[in-house]
Amino acid sequence: MNAARKKRLFWILTILVVVGGVVWSVTKAFNENMVFFYTPSELLSGKGVVGQSYRLGGMIETGSIKKEPGTLKISFVVSDKTQTVPVTYSGILPDLFKEGTGVVAEGQLKEGVFVAHTIMAKHDENYMPPGVNGK
Amino acid sequence: MIAEWGQWALALALGISLLAGIYSLSAVRNAAYSAVQLAQASATTAWMVFALVGLSWCCLIYSFVTNDFTVRNVAENSNSLLPVFFRFAASWGSHEGSLLLWVLMLTGWGAAVASFSQNLSPSFRVRVLAVLSCVNFAFLLFLITASNPFERILPGAAEGRDLNPLLQDVVMIIHPPMLYMGYVGFAVSFAFAMAALMEGRLDATWARWSRPWANAAWSFLTVGILLGSWWAYRELGWGGWWFWDPVENASLMPWLAGTALIHSLAVTDKRDALKSWTILLALVAFALSLLGTFLVRSGVLTSVHAFATDPKRGIFILMLLLIVIGSGFVLYAIRTKDVGLGGTGFSVSSRESLLLSNNVLMSASLAAVMLGTLYPLFTEILADRKMSVGPPYFEAVFAPLLLPAVWLMALGPVSRWKEMTFATASRALMIPLVLAAGVSVAVIAVFGMPSVWFLAGITSAVGLAAATLEHAWHQLRQLEKSQPNTSVIYRAGRLGHSYWGMVMAHVGVAVFVAGVTLVKTFETERDVVMVPNQTESIGAWRVTFIGVSDRKGPNFVAAHGVFELTSGEGRTIELMEPEKRRYISGGQTMTEAAVDSSLLRDIYVSLGEPIESPKPGQEGAWSVRLYLKPFIVWIWLGCIMMALGGVYTLFDRRYRSKKQKSEALA
Repeated sequence: MNAARKKRLFWILTILVVVGGVVWSVTKAFNENMVFFYTPSELLSGKGVVGQSYRLGGMIETGSIKKEPGTLKISFVVSDKTQTVPVTYSGILPDLFKEGTGVVAEGQLKEGVFVAHTIMAKHDENYMPPGVNGK
Repeated sequence: MIAEWGQWALALALGISLLAGIYSLSAVRNAAYSAVQLAQASATTAWMVFALVGLSWCCLIYSFVTNDFTVRNVAENSNSLLPVFFRFAASWGSHEGSLLLWVLMLTGWGAAVASFSQNLSPSFRVRVLAVLSCVNFAFLLFLITASNPFERILPGAAEGRDLNPLLQDVVMIIHPPMLYMGYVGFAVSFAFAMAALMEGRLDATWARWSRPWANAAWSFLTVGILLGSWWAYRELGWGGWWFWDPVENASLMPWLAGTALIHSLAVTDKRDALKSWTILLALVAFALSLLGTFLVRSGVLTSVHAFATDPKRGIFILMLLLIVIGSGFVLYAIRTKDVGLGGTGFSVSSRESLLLSNNVLMSASLAAVMLGTLYPLFTEILADRKMSVGPPYFEAVFAPLLLPAVWLMALGPVSRWKEMTFATASRALMIPLVLAAGVSVAVIAVFGMPSVWFLAGITSAVGLAAATLEHAWHQLRQLEKSQPNTSVIYRAGRLGHSYWGMVMAHVGVAVFVAGVTLVKTFETERDVVMVPNQTESIGAWRVTFIGVSDRKGPNFVAAHGVFELTSGEGRTIELMEPEKRRYISGGQTMTEAAVDSSLLRDIYVSLGEPIESPKPGQEGAWSVRLYLKPFIVWIWLGCIMMALGGVYTLFDRRYRSKKQKSEALA
């Protein structure tokens, strides 16, 4: 085998090993961190709900926000006009969190209550979570 | 009337661009005129188009500053209560306005190329300018047909709807222009690559011509991304600096391609190698800039940037993207054989190989970001399944890919072209390795066994900084030996601006990596409820809540909080005054965080909302966010150093026009 071919072989092997390793680890990280998005109806039907953590999107029902005095605990109800899911959260809320507007929460459903660890900030008050209208 | 002038100027620019692009491409191909004359005409045209678009932009600014609410764009994005400074900036706060700015930048780059390209061969110069004209035409067409910034509404609105309060920030005013300068700057690299493919000629001179343009675009993009990140940190009120939001990723992708491009260009310039790879990167960098624009402007992403939800616009940009990528890659496929791979051989242990490996790592991280950004879009469109990929994915992928790249960077300057012996490499890396090992021992001694990533990050940063600086010092010593009677400044000058720019940028990367590692490891975030006079500790500091009062701003009312920041020993450092603002025109609420910044740590305080008191005597409670971000300033500092390094290379003598030399000869 001459020098040029040896070099080419070296490069091809290195690239194969690197690409293989990268593809493997990227796929692994990717599968572990996929976060799916559900509307209240989809979540309650339980169909295909996967993952440790997932997102729930819908409208905050008017009059449903309850804050516990002296703490950061809050509970509210998310609806998609056919189904509703109660949500609890502890922490500071994004600026555009209001009754009657859309919200996206990330967390887990535990015994009928969605325990959120993150409430997404919406950047625009005209934003509607997908699936709320026209569905 | 002024708005109509702007409109006419745009239409005129559109026509000229089309003529200039098509005509000069065919004329230079058929050799209908002398290439020198054509080149001069193309240069004049580039300036004309720039002047016209500039005029149009001034008209838009005028409409904004004078509150002309008969222009829809002004009525929707400005307000008479808005301070003049922000009215000026509001001209690029909307989709239409920002696109006009984009085109202005594009034509500006064209005019710059026209002015600084006298040393190019005439036919090549014509082709570069013609390709830029075609890109101008496409964007002007988009501007006029699908997003006209001068559209009138009759009767006009009595009052404007106001600029999105999130964008009412000084940093936000400079962020888009910088980012756009970077994005469209890659149009120049693209034009150079296309012209080279058309001529079927690509040599080291080509790379030398392209390098400063690519470096300039890359530096602007770096600053643009930095400003966006800094803005998000201060303005979104969450204290994060990078969210792996699709919009952020959209700007990171061309940056990664651009980083690979500027290094690949170095190899082509110095060694005449990796040619087709360099061309490919130039095409990809611009294609990704367009993809970024498509993602942000088409409304497929919902985010602060995505104000356009008009599907027509998305389709237009998508078509543009396909035409550009399509024509580029078809030409690439046909012509790459003529251009050649770049013949000169190099061994596995050469600088070429190191740069190539770094390029491979850059491309791999680029592919990973792209997967995480685009995959959710595809599942939504194809499988009607809504999902996203969380930040842990990107972090898990980025650290293992980029830390080896950091070590390759440490090795880069000490390595030799063509071939390097193991002895050279190990001798050069001795001090950095010892230093890095020393630092890791010290770290373990102080903090116990920290996470593997913390250790890897810190040692890589130290190793890179040490290797880069040691090499510079070594170079200066070598020169001292060969030219003993010269000043340090002279010797530093001999090494060239390119070299020092590289040193600066690479040390910047080290600073950045150190900053990211330290922030990730030691940041503390606390959400607490505070009543007046209550003190909370954060790290070694203490924050006392004094109270909240009302304040009236020019176009908002605010709950104005006052906090006292003291060090552990009780020394007062400063008063911190975060605000919760409500904008009068739109009623939006905005959080203004207060940040006490220093080189070693940021203390970050932002107001949540008033909390109902559980028992009497505890009125006036607020939810408060307290963050300690150690060394976060290093992240910004590192980016600034990278960008400055990039800018500094532009002054290298090698890139200067050959004109002076030829004049001197004559």
